[in-house]
Amino acid sequence: MATAATERLRNYLEAFHTHGANEAGRPAWLRGLCERGFARFCEVGFPTTRQEDWRFTNVNAIAQTPFQLARDARLSGAIYGDTLEACRIPGAACQLVFVNGRFAPELSDLSGLPPGVRVGSLAQAIAQDGGLEAHLGRYVNIERDSFCALNTAFIDDGAYVYLPRRTVLEAPICFLFISIPGDDPEMTNPRTLIVAEDATEASIVEDYVSLGSGVFFSNAVTELVAGEDAVISHYLIEREDRQAFNVSTLRTQQARSANVSSHSVLLGGGLVRNNVHPVLGGEGGECLINGLFIGNGSQHMDNYMLVEHASPHCSSRQFYNGILDGHSHGVFHGRIIVHKDAQKTDAKQTNRNLLLSDDAQIDTKPQLEIYADDVKCTHGATIGQVDEHALFYMRSRGIEEASARGLLLLAFANECLERMKCRPVRDYLQDLVQGWLPGTSTPAGADAVRAGEAARRWEEVG
Amino acid sequence: MSMLEIKDLHAKIHNHEVLKGVDLAINAGEVHSIMGPNGSGKSTLAQVLARRETYEVTRGQVLLNGKDLLAMKPEEAACEGLFMAFQYPVEIPGISNAYFLRAAVNAIRKYRGEEELDAMDFLPLLKEKMRLLEMDERFLNRPVNEGFSGGEKKRNEIVQMAVLEPRMAILDETDSGLDIDALRIVAKGVNAMRSADRAILVVTHYQRLLHYIVPDYVHVLVDGRIVKSGGPELALELEEKGYGWAEPASAAAH
Repeated sequence: MATAATERLRNYLEAFHTHGANEAGRPAWLRGLCERGFARFCEVGFPTTRQEDWRFTNVNAIAQTPFQLARDARLSGAIYGDTLEACRIPGAACQLVFVNGRFAPELSDLSGLPPGVRVGSLAQAIAQDGGLEAHLGRYVNIERDSFCALNTAFIDDGAYVYLPRRTVLEAPICFLFISIPGDDPEMTNPRTLIVAEDATEASIVEDYVSLGSGVFFSNAVTELVAGEDAVISHYLIEREDRQAFNVSTLRTQQARSANVSSHSVLLGGGLVRNNVHPVLGGEGGECLINGLFIGNGSQHMDNYMLVEHASPHCSSRQFYNGILDGHSHGVFHGRIIVHKDAQKTDAKQTNRNLLLSDDAQIDTKPQLEIYADDVKCTHGATIGQVDEHALFYMRSRGIEEASARGLLLLAFANECLERMKCRPVRDYLQDLVQGWLPGTSTPAGADAVRAGEAARRWEEVG
Repeated sequence: MSMLEIKDLHAKIHNHEVLKGVDLAINAGEVHSIMGPNGSGKSTLAQVLARRETYEVTRGQVLLNGKDLLAMKPEEAACEGLFMAFQYPVEIPGISNAYFLRAAVNAIRKYRGEEELDAMDFLPLLKEKMRLLEMDERFLNRPVNEGFSGGEKKRNEIVQMAVLEPRMAILDETDSGLDIDALRIVAKGVNAMRSADRAILVVTHYQRLLHYIVPDYVHVLVDGRIVKSGGPELALELEEKGYGWAEPASAAAH
């Protein structure tokens, strides 16, 4: 057993040495960080379903695959033409493109950024800026999560954002991570650092797409530091190929009265795990974790949240809607920890699911750990089907069954999309989701189809 | 040719026979009313005509404008000009009234080979019909029926009917639960739709609504069969004497 496990990690060892050979010019603190990450990863390996945090998601397929670090696949821009165009969010302040984990300046557009704001490649920022040491790797817990340890071991490139005090950016900052699968299984470890100083306001989008089909593993980690009174929205879009593995972790650290939203839309990928881990570290902080996952075929989509209330008077909201068809499997695992001093915490989580087939499956699990005595924590989960009464009502008005069904699904998905405050991103996602859902080909006015739920006959499970 | 022709219609639900041979012919330009006690099969008849699949038709024939209605899906029946105002209108969270109705209008127009309406063309039409039913414009952007009062839901049904302009409209207990003001508004809306090329079937338990929508013919449905037919005076007679009076034939059969 031990030998097999070691054997499985061998390719990572080789990769780490190759990777290490390149990092002669990198600062000592970073080499130390990578080494600690790698040591921790070697020590624990990949998680198993015996671990509570991984109970519903078996990552054996990742553990068994001998991934190599992704080759440099930055090709001429012409090849990406259509993909890039389709992935551009109209009205964005900038779009940074990463190909197989590496920044591709020739494909990126940074022209719309106001002065003072820094947005760029993490690798370049590391080379130029000594200030990163204060933040990079300071928030993610590599002891808890071996995927974060693995990412940390291979920190190379990704996005870096620095928002000086009082910066207000209305247009979203967009990162597009394109994976181009090769003949052999490849992996990238995109690492993103977002530092938002006091009283800043911005929206940041991470979008994962594939160009071509094949086994690929994106293991992304993002650290987001929000200063006092900062209002930051983070969006994750996962729409990679069905053979792709995607594990992503968003770790946010919030100062006093900071307001951070995490929105995720999971559409693609074969095995997807999205970790969102906010720590409300200052009084009066707020966080919203809002997610939509739409699975089909044999897709597996695991939404794992760990919300830590570490200060008094903070509120957190989790809303996840899942639409599962075929043999797909969804997971909602919402863990809330209220620390001893976090009095007057107000935490709420809601997970609604529509199962469209007999073989689709959802595991939904609230987990509350409360160590303070004056708090309000609620949770609820529902599982249902498309409402047959609503369906008949719509058909009796002349709307075909497939379109009626599509409209009901869109309305259910819109419940999540409507919570997205950044208009360009919301409009873009409404179109994207509409194209993704079955039977929704007729254009729907974004204003006309409003947030709501499609099914009424819910089975209470939480 | 009748707008709606029902011949010897039998239907059951969960192996319980509810309709036991209904015969009825309605011509264009006519308003008919079906009255009957609870459990007589009134709503079943309306639901079968609207093509609800939970009811199984075991015998008989229904022709809508000469076409086999029982072979149609609900959406096809709607596109062929049938409309039913629901006794219990369904709430559809997340879809606005305006969007829903435009989707319905366009589905029907598409079926008929007509050009679809864009929001600019459609909105004035919808607003006009809403004014007729004294519905505030804020209902345009509210999700279909969600959070509406009982009266608002019923008025919304008639707004839909006014917009969709069916050739054969069925009102399934539209009067139930309405106060007198709402009843008048609903009746005004329905009366505005009376025309030589449209037929209306009003299904009701009480004759109250028939003060406002005066039918050409009244039929009494008891235990799955029409036991008596007559003019509008029949409704008043029923009100006075109760349903027991109308069912000697049925009583004799037992």
